[in-house]
Amino acid sequence: MVQLIRSLGAYGMREILSVGRMGIFFLYTMRGMFVAPGKFWPVVKHIEFIGTKSIFVIGFTAAFSGMVLGLQGYYTLSKFASEGLLGSAVALTLIRELGPVLTALMVSGRAGSAITAEIGIMRIEEQIDALDCMAIDPYAYMITPRFIACLIALPLLTAFCDVVGIFGGYAIGVDLLGVSAGAFWDGVYSSVVWKDVYMGIIKSAVFSVLIIWICTYKGFYSGVDEGSFGPEQVSRATTDAVVISSISILVSDYIITSIML
Amino acid sequence: MDKKWLEFSVGVFILVGLACLTYLSVSLGHLRLGHSTYEIKAVFSTVSGLKAKAPVAMAGVTIGEVQDIKLRDGQAQVILSIGNDIKLEDDSVASIRTSGIIGDKYISISPGASDNYITPGGTIRETRPPLDIEALISKFAFGSLDKEIKGTKPAPAE
Repeated sequence: MVQLIRSLGAYGMREILSVGRMGIFFLYTMRGMFVAPGKFWPVVKHIEFIGTKSIFVIGFTAAFSGMVLGLQGYYTLSKFASEGLLGSAVALTLIRELGPVLTALMVSGRAGSAITAEIGIMRIEEQIDALDCMAIDPYAYMITPRFIACLIALPLLTAFCDVVGIFGGYAIGVDLLGVSAGAFWDGVYSSVVWKDVYMGIIKSAVFSVLIIWICTYKGFYSGVDEGSFGPEQVSRATTDAVVISSISILVSDYIITSIML
Repeated sequence: MDKKWLEFSVGVFILVGLACLTYLSVSLGHLRLGHSTYEIKAVFSTVSGLKAKAPVAMAGVTIGEVQDIKLRDGQAQVILSIGNDIKLEDDSVASIRTSGIIGDKYISISPGASDNYITPGGTIRETRPPLDIEALISKFAFGSLDKEIKGTKPAPAE
């Protein structure tokens, strides 16, 4: 019994400690923006990894979500003989919700997991300790460029996703199912307002912070809690990073929507 | 990987992303940079159902939007922002209409014949309140629509 209570206490303390550690990790990363100059080139490299290489997978995701929205929307709206609203339905759904969320989920799966694994391996191979020994700030060297890169890349990818998705919906709705092109575009233009676009950008910025924060943190501290540094710890850190960042994307999406709507 | 190629691909990515973002915000989101509109006022006895951002149209063509709606001396003062390239005569008539039967309310301006134009900040003097469809239907239900339009006393309800 005492053993049980003790293990519960230890668990609680570990969780609280890790929350505090995440906060300190974030502060150090922010400080990294100001300490060491010359981060331009690493940032470009990470934008290439997070952004440019994701563009195909985001394009596919967006095109098919837009197409399925067009299909589903058409069959629902045709019951009320209001297929003309298909454009607004597709555009609003994509810009407000699906664009930011799908992009963030794909990026956390594609780039976030890789970042966690990369940093985790640096940790278990004691490369981070080596950086410390050489008096190089590991936060400024490894984490901050990824942070900035993700913050730049994700909103751009989201905008790309929205546009591709709307054209996907257009292809199905207008070319395949015969909604009038004028009605489709009028729906898109008249229903989308600046606030929707703005909300999408805010969402994707928040998601990008969450993704990169959780993924770099999990990699950076992989194996530290267990006290042993092996491949197992890296794999667990990677799984944790993707699961936690996906869940926090969906939860924060609800919170942001309820605040901003 | 070649450094030049990497820089190039990142540049293309950022350009594509910015192009999409610009398209979304300027074209779809109607984000206006700078002042390409001017404001005029119009006072209506009621605006029931008119909302801010509703379109302002002349002959069915959108020429601006409703900026703000305020209560003033028991009447509704509507501030309209009109595109700079549109000039309105000072005897133009603004009326609140409904697009379709259950559609949204918008403001329709019919041109006047005067030689003087409304200056920015000016007021449209001639306004017509919206057609109250609910009142119309209830009158129709009591069968007194014709008399009401002719201005005679409505028949007592049976």
